[in-house]
Amino acid sequence: MALALEVKDLHVAYGGIKALRGISVKVEACSIVTMIGANGAGKSTTLRAISGIVAKQSGHVTFFDKDITSTPAHIIVAMGISHVPEGRRMFATLSVMENLEIATYTRHDKKEFAESLETVFSLFPRLKERRKQLAGTLSGGEQQMLAVGRAMMTHGKVMLLDEPSMGLAPVLVEEIFRTIKKINELGTTILLVEQNARMALEYSNYAYVLEVGVVSAEGPSSQLLDDPRVKEAYLGG
Amino acid sequence: MELTTFFQQLINGLQLGAIYALIALGYTMVYGIIRLINFAHADFLMVGAFAVYFFASFILTLTNAIPPIILFILGLIVALVAGALIAELSNRLAYKPLRYKPRLSALITAVGVSMFLEYFFASLPFIGPSFRAFPDLLKPVSFVVGGVYLNNIQLLDIGLAIVLMILLTFIVNRTMMGKAMRAVSQDKDAAKLMGINVERTITFVFLIGGALAGAAGILMAMTYPRIYPNMGILPGLKAFVAAVLGGIGNIPGAMLGGFLLGIAEIYATSYNSLLGEGIAFAILIIVLLVRPQGLLGEKQSEKV
Ligand SMILES: Nc1ncnc2c1ncn2[C@@H]1O[C@H](COP(=O)(O)OP(=O)(O)OP(=O)(O)O)[C@@H](O)[C@H]1O
Ligand SMILES: [Mg+2]
Repeated sequence: MALALEVKDLHVAYGGIKALRGISVKVEACSIVTMIGANGAGKSTTLRAISGIVAKQSGHVTFFDKDITSTPAHIIVAMGISHVPEGRRMFATLSVMENLEIATYTRHDKKEFAESLETVFSLFPRLKERRKQLAGTLSGGEQQMLAVGRAMMTHGKVMLLDEPSMGLAPVLVEEIFRTIKKINELGTTILLVEQNARMALEYSNYAYVLEVGVVSAEGPSSQLLDDPRVKEAYLGG
Repeated sequence: MELTTFFQQLINGLQLGAIYALIALGYTMVYGIIRLINFAHADFLMVGAFAVYFFASFILTLTNAIPPIILFILGLIVALVAGALIAELSNRLAYKPLRYKPRLSALITAVGVSMFLEYFFASLPFIGPSFRAFPDLLKPVSFVVGGVYLNNIQLLDIGLAIVLMILLTFIVNRTMMGKAMRAVSQDKDAAKLMGINVERTITFVFLIGGALAGAAGILMAMTYPRIYPNMGILPGLKAFVAAVLGGIGNIPGAMLGGFLLGIAEIYATSYNSLLGEGIAFAILIIVLLVRPQGLLGEKQSEKV
């Protein structure tokens, strides 16, 4: 299988604080890979470094064999990496529809836009109902749908998802995970960061455990689900 | 006040307000996207006025046969382009290198850019610090409607400003670039994740804001046909007050604030000319005390 994404020995610091000290992650094309870990372990930072919105001190990122280590963020998106950031980050004063439109900024194909919109609305019928509403007035769950839908509109071959289930009711959490699975089945490779470690492991093929800026364990997700150390630390015993 | 006087002042106020509104838009758009109060913005209109001055003088030395309307349209294009270029030049050379530095640095730099432009223009041998008579691009024509005196320049000021504002509103609300502008002003990182080139969007804002200042420059020069390097300072300050009055960062707010301030200033002047000079700043103080977010601005809860 081809590698969709490869992160090699990544170091990132915020001012004097070292957030990542040599992270290496491989994501096979068409798979779902997850990163779990405690608060502050560096999961979001890894995603942000891949997307190019935080500067890397050293290390390499390759995307389908192309080096994107120092590629500007907006070009990385155009190349095919979409990113649902932590905390949704809606454009609150833009309508739902405008939020979706803005995600096709790099492409201007009307037909393709209509098709992507169709896909997003079929996954999230609620967004279709609310398309004229300002994004800032959506409920938390609806905003999460919009965040995922918006990222789908950027048409990435790889989608980075940062805690898509955060703050959602248990039913919605299930729904979000099923949606991620569907997006994956539509041909998108997924790199998923989650606090909800059990669900993340159940829905993914391969997993990395991050601890204060380094990878402390990795393996097929089914294996990690049974790993006693992982069980104790992240699955509540 | 008599009714005709009332309307006379109203039209004068709209004329002045149109110019304030055009300038205020530049302040508010730049503030909206990079949270910078661009003190040099007022000087862009001076640059626009001088560009038209030299252009028109040059054309008029070549030929006197050019129809005034053509001369005006060419002059307007020169003003828009000159305003846009000087604005983007300041962005590129002065503000961009400070983009991710503390905001105070850019603010102080803006004061520096403003003073630089004023003194640089004053020091140029072919400009100098003193007044220059601005040539008549259009022949002034006056007429009376129901006892109210109007002239073509007045109608041009108001009409052109309104056309430009409609155009701007269309760009901001309907075009992809306009949507990108709004997205970038809300959340730069999220905008990048949508594939938006943030720096290009900021450039676009400077170009548009500068062009509007250039338009204000040519209109001001046609209305008060004496130009000089410091000509932007006072209207710039008042337009800034207009932007704050409307709600800084808010585009319709800048338009509204500009017109309101122009009208207030004319009525106040008709009462007492010193009051007219001071009314803008009195309004600024009142707004800051009573409604700091401005008429159309939202309460500041967003992080900046
Ligand atoms: N903008 C920032 N400035 C300074 N330090 C930061 C910044 N962002 C993150 N950090 C620090 O970097 C470390 C890693 O943060 P990161 O957000 O990547 O963690 P995380 O694994 O996503 O945590 P969580 O599960 O809480 O989201 C933390 O110690 C955090 O405090
Ligand atoms: Mg995080």
